[in-house]
Amino acid sequence: MEILAYQEISLMHYLTLSSIIFVIGVCGIFLNRKNIISFLLSLELILLSVNINFISFANHLGDLTGQIFVLFTLTVAAAEVAVGIAILIIYFRQFGDIDVTKQNQMRG
Amino acid sequence: MNLIIFYIFATLLVIAAATVVIARNAVHATLFLIFAFFCAAGIFLLQGAEFLALLLVIIYVGAVAILFLFVVMMLDIDIKEYKAEFKKSLPVGIFFSVILFFEVYIFMSALATSEPILLESNYPLRHDGSNIKAIGEVLYTDFFIHFQLAGLILLLAMVGAVMLTLQKREGVKKQNIAEQVARTRAESVKLVKVLSGKGV
Repeated sequence: MEILAYQEISLMHYLTLSSIIFVIGVCGIFLNRKNIISFLLSLELILLSVNINFISFANHLGDLTGQIFVLFTLTVAAAEVAVGIAILIIYFRQFGDIDVTKQNQMRG
Repeated sequence: MNLIIFYIFATLLVIAAATVVIARNAVHATLFLIFAFFCAAGIFLLQGAEFLALLLVIIYVGAVAILFLFVVMMLDIDIKEYKAEFKKSLPVGIFFSVILFFEVYIFMSALATSEPILLESNYPLRHDGSNIKAIGEVLYTDFFIHFQLAGLILLLAMVGAVMLTLQKREGVKKQNIAEQVARTRAESVKLVKVLSGKGV
């Protein structure tokens, strides 16, 4: 604990954390590919890891642009969730199920 | 001291993220996503991005996660059948995840150890004033077009989501504007000659 107290957090700490979160998100998409809700939640995790990366590089390079970009990433993530959930709801209304692998053809 | 706080937040974040993926109950997964975002807000705070940390809590915990919770609770989904598939593909998933992690890690460490390429920053990060002021000064001047485009994206998403989920029900009395506008005098008004003392 005493060694920890005098060390500074380096860029590598943040990058390692963000790569772990990214890989967990990708793994979640792979494992839950039938369940769209888990799919969307994993997508959120991936976007979060990207945000951590942006902010750590903004901090590392002393540049504000990274923080501005996080703002736009948040915007796009919110829009993506809204549209994704809308599609999920009409899918559920149509088929009474959220298994995307059962319906493998589009009609209309 | 900072490093200890970082490790606490990072550990909690990784645990919460892993729980989001492996949780059996979709409501639990969503709640752990909220927790993960709280921890990420702590990580942002450590890096001096106070405004974005608060924004993350407001947007994700206040809006996105609640949206998820509503949908998860509204739709009656049997999660168990998906979990059988989950167990079957877990070893393959972990195997490829480890490979992917080392790929990303090697790339990141190469980035972190190399010299910063950025020669001169147009928007230097100052640590004297508040973070929100620094962002506001840049966002409404140099990034104004991007800011407007972000608003446009949100508008498009809103219109798209409403149009997708709009239900057309039968038997609901609704205003048909095209029909109203297309009315002519001949078909809607009739001149009636009323004789006195007879009524219509």
